[in-house]
Amino acid sequence: MIDEELVQLLTPEGERVSHPDYTSTLNSEEIFALYRDMVIIRRLCNEATSLQRQGQLALWAPLQGQEAAQIGAGRAMAPMDFSFPTYREHGIAWCRGIAPEDMLRIFRAVTTGGWDPQKYRHAVPTVVLGNQALHAVGYAMGIQRDGAEEAVLALFGDGASSQGDTLESFVWAAAFNAPVVFFCQNNQWGISTPSSLQFKVPLYRRAEGFGFPGIRVDGNDVLAVYEVTKRALENARVGGGPTMIEAYTYRMGAHTTSDDPTRYRVDAEVEVWKHRDPLARVKALLTREYNTKSSAFDDVVAEAESLALKLRVDVLAMGRPDPITMFENAYAAEHPLIEEGRREMIELGVSAGSPA
Amino acid sequence: MSIVTMTMAKALNEGLRRALERDPKVLLMGEDIGKLGGVFRITDGLQKDFGEDRVIDAPLAESAIVGTAVGLAIRGYRTVCEMQFDGFVYPAFDQIVSQVAKLHKRSDGAYTMGLVIRLPFQGGIGAIEHHSESPEAYFAQTAGLRVVSCSTPNDAYWMIQQAIEHDDPIIFCEPKSRYWEKGEVDLDRPAHDLFSSVLRREGTDVTLIGYGSSVKTMLRAAETAASEGVSLEVIDASSIAPLDLAPMVASVEKTGRFVTVQEAPHTASIGSEIVAELTQRCFYSLRAPGIRVSGYHVPYPASRIEEDYRPSVERILDAVDRVMGFDT
Repeated sequence: MIDEELVQLLTPEGERVSHPDYTSTLNSEEIFALYRDMVIIRRLCNEATSLQRQGQLALWAPLQGQEAAQIGAGRAMAPMDFSFPTYREHGIAWCRGIAPEDMLRIFRAVTTGGWDPQKYRHAVPTVVLGNQALHAVGYAMGIQRDGAEEAVLALFGDGASSQGDTLESFVWAAAFNAPVVFFCQNNQWGISTPSSLQFKVPLYRRAEGFGFPGIRVDGNDVLAVYEVTKRALENARVGGGPTMIEAYTYRMGAHTTSDDPTRYRVDAEVEVWKHRDPLARVKALLTREYNTKSSAFDDVVAEAESLALKLRVDVLAMGRPDPITMFENAYAAEHPLIEEGRREMIELGVSAGSPA
Repeated sequence: MSIVTMTMAKALNEGLRRALERDPKVLLMGEDIGKLGGVFRITDGLQKDFGEDRVIDAPLAESAIVGTAVGLAIRGYRTVCEMQFDGFVYPAFDQIVSQVAKLHKRSDGAYTMGLVIRLPFQGGIGAIEHHSESPEAYFAQTAGLRVVSCSTPNDAYWMIQQAIEHDDPIIFCEPKSRYWEKGEVDLDRPAHDLFSSVLRREGTDVTLIGYGSSVKTMLRAAETAASEGVSLEVIDASSIAPLDLAPMVASVEKTGRFVTVQEAPHTASIGSEIVAELTQRCFYSLRAPGIRVSGYHVPYPASRIEEDYRPSVERILDAVDRVMGFDT
């Protein structure tokens, strides 16, 4: 255990541990399903990194190391719950059913969107740190007014923990007892900014000061993340108010493909976290406790491989959009400057035009 | 036809009441807007009649007022956010520019950002600092937003309802110095479309173009000029962004001369935009360059000297003399 405040149900070695408040409720098939999710999303993420290195993406924000945090939280959500992500929430997006190629559209720089947020109940990504935490609380206030039994997952990282919007969202969630779960992936680094520059007390303890419970969970333990998030969402749905979850994890890779972490952190630290890998411990558990056959693991690897291949094909097929599309959805209603711009572009022969 | 005389403050209150009655998805949110009725009493009595869930007293955090309104919009609500004063909108600037303005585009049209941000703006009430500013150009510059301003009780009553019904986000600028001035409100039908320039007075020599508090000042200038034999046409650019240029063009093609009036400094301002557009569109009709009467390029001054900062009748008439002095 990293510290005794941490909720952990599975050690890095794959040994189950008991916790006074939480017990894993998942059977072998369900645990295997979480493992499959993590293998696939890691493989897809690596494919995206390769695509960026080959000049096929403008940027990529790898999630490696945070698979358990995202798959555990994503699978804890009910279909009618709604999540508000940052730009690194590929695992959550996968759980919400969003196609991998749609996750990459924004990084391919062919759109500023990518998927239908209302259909998948997963908002479009927010790049400005912390803005989305307020959107999550507002959405939760709408749920209250509709009298619905739904909850919102507000996703952010340690990087956004110093932002005013994040802290304002805590105030509002508490003031209105909003059905929102703040899920903070503390991956220890905000590009080069270490946690030590961002907070002097553990993040989860901030919640108490705002008037709702805060829990620190081993973010690399998918069983623990799942149970802690599931209970917090259930509590929110029935009027129990907000919870903050700090998923204690580590960003194994760079902040984005534009980053060079060797300039600001030491290999020894990365080595320590390699031994806390979120996938290895589940594989160990499945092998030892459920005698999962190696062929089952092989099948998952093969499935991930074929999904990665499909992703590559799909991304390479994404061509340059017609420039006239920049005018679409800039406004909901007619606007003279949109018409003016569209007309000029057609006159210049840049575009043949498109129906409004 | 029912025509009632009321103040602009009351007209806004009545307009908000109609919107709340008409659509259960309309919410009001702001600081001190419930029991107190807002520092200007614009929302007086609305929380009592529509409840705390629809007229929401907010914790004191402007970014959160707008940020949660975004989340409510995604959920299908139409929130009217009150910024207590113009100078307090800046904490919300990030949410307005980064999120409110862009989310319809970023969601490929899936989100409707049908929210209204009410902004008591401009000076003239003898307030201390941060209570008298004119930030409209910041928002006019931002694609995805629309900016409007009312100048009469009738417009206030109708425009606030039209803004709430509109699907794009709207910065709704209220000239606070005119809140207590009375005018006739036609409760049966709106005078004009929300995104219109409005001809307030016909004239033949020079066109004056302004919005908000400046409309009344321009009309007073026109009265004075008329007594001196100069005929001024007055246009209310109540749609600040997008500008409704056609009525301005028609007027300037007739007069050949125009002056813009605003409280904001003129650099990169609405007046500058009007001058550029009219110069381009009316070049062969112009008999003089357009001139901007505006606040000076200084932080809004202490209010004991604010009347020497805000465009006055004298400064407008001086500009009229200057454009009349061009002999072509």
